Amino acid sequence: MTNQPLSSSNPRVDLEYRRKKNVEEMRHQVISFTLMIFLTFIAFAVVALKGFTASFIVPFILLLAAVQVVFQLFYFMHMSHKGHEAPSMFLFTGLFLGLVIVLAFMTIIWW
Amino acid sequence: MSTYAQKKGFGATVWDYLTTVDHKKIAILYLIAGGLFFLIGGLEAVFIRIQLAVPNNDFVSAGAFNEIITMHGTTMIFLAAMPLLFAFMNAVMPLQIGARDVAFPFVNALGFWLFFFGGIFLNLSWFLGGAPDAGWTSYASLAIHSKGHGVDFYVLGLQISGFGTLMGGINFLVTIINMRAPGMTYMRMPLFTWSTFVASAMILFAFPPLTVGLTLMMFDRLFGANFFEVAMGGNTIIWEHLFWVFGHPEVYILILPAFGIFSEIFSTFSRKRLFGYSSMVFATVLIGFLGFMVWAHHMFTTGLGPVANAIFAVATMAIGVPTGIKIFNWLFTMWGGSVKFTTPMYYAFGFIPSFVCGGVTGVMVATAAADYQYHDTYFVVAHFHYVIVGGVVLALLAGTHYWWPKMFGTMLNETLGKITFWLFFIGFHLTFFIQHFLGLWGMPRRVFTFLPGQGFDAANMVSSVGAAFMSAGVILLLLNIVVTQVKNVKVGNDPWEDGRTLEWAIPSPPPFYNFKQLPLVRGLDALWLEKMEGKKGMTPAEPLGDIHMPNASFIPFMISLGLFIAAFGAMYHVNDKPWAIPVLILGLAVTFGSMLVRSLKDDHGFHIHKEELQDEKGAEA
Repeated sequence: MTNQPLSSSNPRVDLEYRRKKNVEEMRHQVISFTLMIFLTFIAFAVVALKGFTASFIVPFILLLAAVQVVFQLFYFMHMSHKGHEAPSMFLFTGLFLGLVIVLAFMTIIWW
Repeated sequence: MSTYAQKKGFGATVWDYLTTVDHKKIAILYLIAGGLFFLIGGLEAVFIRIQLAVPNNDFVSAGAFNEIITMHGTTMIFLAAMPLLFAFMNAVMPLQIGARDVAFPFVNALGFWLFFFGGIFLNLSWFLGGAPDAGWTSYASLAIHSKGHGVDFYVLGLQISGFGTLMGGINFLVTIINMRAPGMTYMRMPLFTWSTFVASAMILFAFPPLTVGLTLMMFDRLFGANFFEVAMGGNTIIWEHLFWVFGHPEVYILILPAFGIFSEIFSTFSRKRLFGYSSMVFATVLIGFLGFMVWAHHMFTTGLGPVANAIFAVATMAIGVPTGIKIFNWLFTMWGGSVKFTTPMYYAFGFIPSFVCGGVTGVMVATAAADYQYHDTYFVVAHFHYVIVGGVVLALLAGTHYWWPKMFGTMLNETLGKITFWLFFIGFHLTFFIQHFLGLWGMPRRVFTFLPGQGFDAANMVSSVGAAFMSAGVILLLLNIVVTQVKNVKVGNDPWEDGRTLEWAIPSPPPFYNFKQLPLVRGLDALWLEKMEGKKGMTPAEPLGDIHMPNASFIPFMISLGLFIAAFGAMYHVNDKPWAIPVLILGLAVTFGSMLVRSLKDDHGFHIHKEELQDEKGAEA
């Protein structure tokens, strides 16, 4: 429903509902955008401030990056919408399997 | 359409198949090509057994023996087992979910032609200076030092056919996700469709590592790179990992559809709903998932260290649990059922003890400490032939008998079928059971001969006699096919009389649009449900309307042919042949030119009009 254009010629479309949905979605986008800016700011701050070791900074920034990717996927690339269950399942399965393989390669391959 | 039943000339039929995008015809192409490679791989197996029948034999030389074992493994896995499973997936899966074709018919044809040209390329190595000889796993430490072009044929041929397989897998996924008939929820899909779905997902995740490995190997051998060359700072172990990250899921890609075929057969001929359907689905998905977590159990003796070995050993044994669930569900399906002993059911019966044997030895070799003893002996050879022949090949033979009427409209002879089963089944156990003991007695695998008086003589002879029985079984199956097609007695919608799933609701072979009206699915075993309520067929889910169909196209053939030509250019480029680079460019030009034509030319397909569908006799949907 929410994916249909507003100018649809379908007379049974509930415009009120649609507008409400759009407002809600816009709010989510703005909130997540603000959060992403904030996360980016933190990432810069961690590097700029003295006192943090590299072994803390690198995993911390990677964690922030992962959170941003999730925001990006769900609120800007519409994965939060209905009908995206199969793609997201495949995406996360592939990601998991890929990471397991990378982890294995980093730990058990000897040179 | 009246043209459907028309007699056509030979040339017209060939052109029809070269350009077809119909999933049922592509299935027949897969069946023929896969069957041909199965016979070639079988012939290689017979050569192996002749060579090893007696000690100190010189039927083939040591070098030729290496080529034969390499090509036997490669051909059987990539060019016989997978395409034959793809044949059944193509023929049956769209019918089982009530679809008119796969999601991308053009890509389906492209997938077939890529596989076919890759396979032909690989097998041309026999005539062009020697086949690959580094084993089907082509471990880099052997492969990059292999003389001649054998391994290049392996790398380029598998790369091309791998593209085709990947496309096929994605196509099946999209088809199952998007094109199920009204009412066909995920938990109403027949088990064969479920296993096609999971196997396709595994193809999607498993083939990229193979592509990466083959690309690196190609650069090492053809373009002077050193990814696997230890002396130049490369790492030969990485190939082993990349290969098995693909290779282990690959064996589940083979066995899951085999499980699917047997699930259909057990439930049809026990005339009972499959026992524990939802646990079967769960087990299938779980096997598919765990299949990615176990690859290093092929490398226990490489020196991964005890922690890694232990993790992979435990993960491997965990797969025994969902597999056990399946075995018990099949047994309980038969329990209390009214079992009918048809040829497919014979195979299904034979499958259970054979596959359990393979599973038990699987847990044995999964025990990392014990594997140091089994590794590289005939015990391992016996193990994987018990799962692949006892599982996959029996399923392929069962599926051939079971779906032959649906694919060709004729029924294979049951008596000949049962004789085939007994010949093949006895031959199989005769060949491979004794190999467990050969392995335990210390016979290493991949040796081209052995000395007399080590206690291997009699056992090897027994094994070779078994191979003769299996060959006789396969020849009888071919005879059966010829006799059946010559007699050409046509059968109706549901020739087994106990069909449960949607493919049995339409004529055999189905009209090219499959379903005149898409069926309404009201539960698991949709057709059985309707039959039990005294109805003749499915309730339509839509009014009779125009059907949109894709046009036939010669472009898939051309795209694949271009890559086939380009591969020769890439390969002979190392010999400084002046024509190599032009041939490479020509081939790629053909491929990309064909893709350009496909992109620029609009092809909207055509409609079968309502009136034509009404005129047609028979074809109830």
